[in-house]
Amino acid sequence: MTANEKKMLMVNACKVRIGVIESTHAAKAGHPGGSLSAAELFAWLYFKELNVDPKDAHKWDRDRFVLSKGHCAPGLYAALALRGFFPWEDLKTLRHIGSYLQGHPDMKSIPGVDMSTGSLGQGISAACGMALAAKLQNNPCRVYTLLGDGEIQEGQVWEAMMFAHHYKLDNLCAVIDNNGLQIDGPVEEVMSPYPILDKLRAFGWEAVEVDGHDFDALEGAFAQAKTVKGRPFAIVMKTTKGKGVSFMENQAGWHGKAPNDEQCELALDELNTELARLEAM
Amino acid sequence: MADVKKIATRQGYGEALRELGAVHDNIVVFDADLAGSTQTAMFGRVFPDRHFNCGIAEGNMMAAAAGAASMGMVAFASSFAMFAAGRAYEQVRNSIGYTGLNVKIGASHGGISVGEDGATHQCLEDFALMRSIPGMVVMSPADAVEAKAMVKAAYEHQGPVYMRFGRSPVPVFHDEDTFTFTIGKGEVMREGTDIAIVANGLLVAEAVEAGKLLADRGVSARIINMATIKPLDEEIVLKAAQECGKIVTCEEHSVIGGLGEAVCSLLSEKRPTPVKRIGTPDVFGHSGPAAALLEQFGLCAANIAKVAEEFARG
Repeated sequence: MTANEKKMLMVNACKVRIGVIESTHAAKAGHPGGSLSAAELFAWLYFKELNVDPKDAHKWDRDRFVLSKGHCAPGLYAALALRGFFPWEDLKTLRHIGSYLQGHPDMKSIPGVDMSTGSLGQGISAACGMALAAKLQNNPCRVYTLLGDGEIQEGQVWEAMMFAHHYKLDNLCAVIDNNGLQIDGPVEEVMSPYPILDKLRAFGWEAVEVDGHDFDALEGAFAQAKTVKGRPFAIVMKTTKGKGVSFMENQAGWHGKAPNDEQCELALDELNTELARLEAM
Repeated sequence: MADVKKIATRQGYGEALRELGAVHDNIVVFDADLAGSTQTAMFGRVFPDRHFNCGIAEGNMMAAAAGAASMGMVAFASSFAMFAAGRAYEQVRNSIGYTGLNVKIGASHGGISVGEDGATHQCLEDFALMRSIPGMVVMSPADAVEAKAMVKAAYEHQGPVYMRFGRSPVPVFHDEDTFTFTIGKGEVMREGTDIAIVANGLLVAEAVEAGKLLADRGVSARIINMATIKPLDEEIVLKAAQECGKIVTCEEHSVIGGLGEAVCSLLSEKRPTPVKRIGTPDVFGHSGPAAALLEQFGLCAANIAKVAEEFARG
């Protein structure tokens, strides 16, 4: 990754955050916290990792991305808009009646969305099915999925983890956004998923833990993912929920609450200042 | 019908999968540790590379099938009806129903005729659950020949399908060489004008027997095999209502939410007609031999004839 590429990724992550704030504010609802914690990941996926083409959104060998933590749709939508799958202005129609930008990802209506998600635990299973089918079809695509650290409390996630290992899905890469907070509070207080890495490894996965806001670390992890043969790969990202908006950081209350007018202005001030700083770098 | 050949509808499912697999390489089959019972093992033995045992994890199986379907495969997913429609209901709704993906659920061991396993395994709610999912086709064949044809029609159909098969052998009365199946079309098994009996699954054979008993007693009963519960063949029901005046529905399912309610809903809005529903009342089943349970719950020719005769004469 060149310095310029890294700068581009940081700029795009910041723009994803702006999209998250603008869309959830316009919707008066939605999930900013976990969208902000995964902003670097969304930027990495759509501007570095994924073989996707907005002009040919359904090409057969495109890499698939399944947002298993579907409530972080605002982050995904911002990245898709930035990448050119649909107009940026449409983000402000999020969750509105008549908008194609549903509260949770809808593969039938949203360009670039490969699987409808929202009910936690199902996305990773669907990703397993995709990876399995890709192998049968000799499709060179890779399949990526993003889970929440609260989401992995769902039993189905571990059914899928078993399945992916059993069928040696080395074309599958699961990312867990370990921002440490869920609706009711810290994950270890609500129902501890820890130790996450040990669990993944016990289920037969190759797994690493990285700083999810550090593009160098993400680059290393995603490069490693492609070298592993015969087993699936997981990346546990240590992140800060609400990252990038000072008053949202590490606050469980911002899991599923939209900023009001004043909060939106404050957040956009911070993000635009950061964007200007990054662009001047 | 002592000399009639009896085959379980689940066997028709397995045979159809095996035949389809030989023709179409885009078929994948998922099972949840019941491949020997659901009969998907018949496919698995011939096409081991396309048969995926998911272990006892039905929720993952349904969503994984959806993922495979999103890649252009036609995914069949099988378990007992209790677990396919019941345990994995929400995965079926959100990952298969909402997406409209090409997943065909083959649910075996539906109904009270599961027998000795008892209430935990006797699914009497699957039609109700699956009917409530927008776009889901819901079917239950009367015999193994119909089951086989239904599975092939399900393969051709674009979108989600739920098919319920039975554990117990049932009489085969369709001729495999001439029988054709169309999703959403009922089949008149016997003409009649005094009363119409609309049945599906193993109760079609019982209704046909009831039709003979009724004829002996001077009641002309029209017998309709309604293998597709959704979309319902409205035309055949409305015609029966018009020409017979009274309708009895028969299903191996709770009277809540199944074929009986589908028929009542249609008639109440389009042609109010007296209906009697034969099915399990609002109770759980229990252990026992299939035949004894069916008789106990009135899911047999003798009771169908009794109810229909009283209704017709009443």
